[in-house]
Amino acid sequence: MIEERFDAIVIGAGMAGNAAAHTMASRGLKVLQIERGEYPGSKNVQGAILYADMVEKIIPNFREEAPLERHLVEQRFWMMGERSHTGLQYRNDDFNEEKPNRYTIIRSQFDRWFSREVQAQGALVICETTVTELVSDAYGKVIGVRTDRAGGTIFADVVVLCEGVNGLLGTRARLREAPKPEHVALAVKEMHFLPRETLDARFNLHGDEGVVIEAAGVISKGMTGMGFVYTNKESVSVGMGCLVSDFAANNDTPNGLLEAFKNHPSIKPLLEGSEVKEYAAHLIPEGGYKTIPELFGDGWLVCGDAAQLNNAIHREGSNLALTSGRLAGEAIFQIKSRKDAMSKQNLALYKKLLDDSFVMKDLKKYKDMPALLHANSQNYFLAYPQLVSKAMENFLRVDGTPKLDKEKATIASFVKERSWTGLFGDAWRLARAWR
Amino acid sequence: MSLAVRVEEKLYQNRYLVDAGKPHIAIRPHEKPSANLLAMTRICPAGCYAETSSGQVEITPDGCLECGTCRVLCEASGDITWDYPRGGFGVLFKFG
Repeated sequence: MIEERFDAIVIGAGMAGNAAAHTMASRGLKVLQIERGEYPGSKNVQGAILYADMVEKIIPNFREEAPLERHLVEQRFWMMGERSHTGLQYRNDDFNEEKPNRYTIIRSQFDRWFSREVQAQGALVICETTVTELVSDAYGKVIGVRTDRAGGTIFADVVVLCEGVNGLLGTRARLREAPKPEHVALAVKEMHFLPRETLDARFNLHGDEGVVIEAAGVISKGMTGMGFVYTNKESVSVGMGCLVSDFAANNDTPNGLLEAFKNHPSIKPLLEGSEVKEYAAHLIPEGGYKTIPELFGDGWLVCGDAAQLNNAIHREGSNLALTSGRLAGEAIFQIKSRKDAMSKQNLALYKKLLDDSFVMKDLKKYKDMPALLHANSQNYFLAYPQLVSKAMENFLRVDGTPKLDKEKATIASFVKERSWTGLFGDAWRLARAWR
Repeated sequence: MSLAVRVEEKLYQNRYLVDAGKPHIAIRPHEKPSANLLAMTRICPAGCYAETSSGQVEITPDGCLECGTCRVLCEASGDITWDYPRGGFGVLFKFG
């Protein structure tokens, strides 16, 4: 039984929770962080790409200590056909810089390290403990939590909910609704281990250079979804995800899609001979700006995936989690410094800081994209990739057909599939939602 | 053509601490499953849901990856109840 009272209780030791706990503890606040896993990271799943800028704002010299895999020098966007891919590939030696911008990481290892940093700042971190309930006073202000360990309520001035996309506490306390099937994607992922030299040779990498492949197209069978391949030091993370609502309405299994992706002729040679050591699944918030719930109230804040803070278009999530956690910590510290109450009115500062940051600005920019891609998934994820593949084949295959006839045939195939109105409509809608 | 690897075989790679006798997901007794509950026999990435010979859906959550997909699809309707496993139990990701 924990008798003492805390300035803040942080629920969860993922990116958002560790950022919040570190920010507050390093400013002298008395912080309790509760994690249900055996160790921080044991329940956390991500691709995973880490964005240095957002970590630096919390731990400036993290590169010296953190378990990083590879810094990214190359990005491949692949539009997948049945047996083909049409790629946009970008590689830049300037990414081999003294302080690289993006890294691949292995979440359970990174989170463990991050948690040690949090503890070094003086936060009390307890694992293997599930928070079962938020405790409120007669006026509805959150004043503490109960856990599945013996003992009663643990009290704090404020509770920071960093419980992840599948967070139960906030929904049970009616602070927000559970995610809707059309607002979350289910991703499955495997860790494929390969000797470092093999991996370097296959992906054209030297030293700690890394590459990311993001793939969309027929692999999701018309559903809103994507596949990915991320290179770690001695392993490759391979995954595939689609909206839960699409899975419910179609006939495919997540594992079946992943297996098909792994066996695609463009992917298979990259994984040849690998040893698989883990199979994971996780939900990804995909609803964007329009599905962000209330972010604060009397005695509580919510950060990261639990608040749907994920940029599905740019595949950014951990950086939004890190930033929202940090800003929650800063807001609480400011309020505490003024000796003010952790009331809804005062905690609105967190929302203001978020609104002024890239987090809300980016999510607002793409506010119409999730609905557009969902409503037109058959076109954007199936019809167009097939047409592009056919067009590329037509362009490259030399068979005596005059070029003008080839071009006419390609244009005709697009018009036949989508009609001129459809083509311009799709382009217009996409451009407008992107803006 | 290569054969797809079955989910059951994949789960052997994972580390679990099963809370024996305390499943964290429960299905409401039913005669005929709802469309979403039946869909879980296909969608659950860990293959925890299965249809019995008499047409009901049952769950063995030992291999659960705690993704929450079934919660998103079946909790609001009351088809299932979803809790976290007790602290320290459930799937323990080595890499995550």
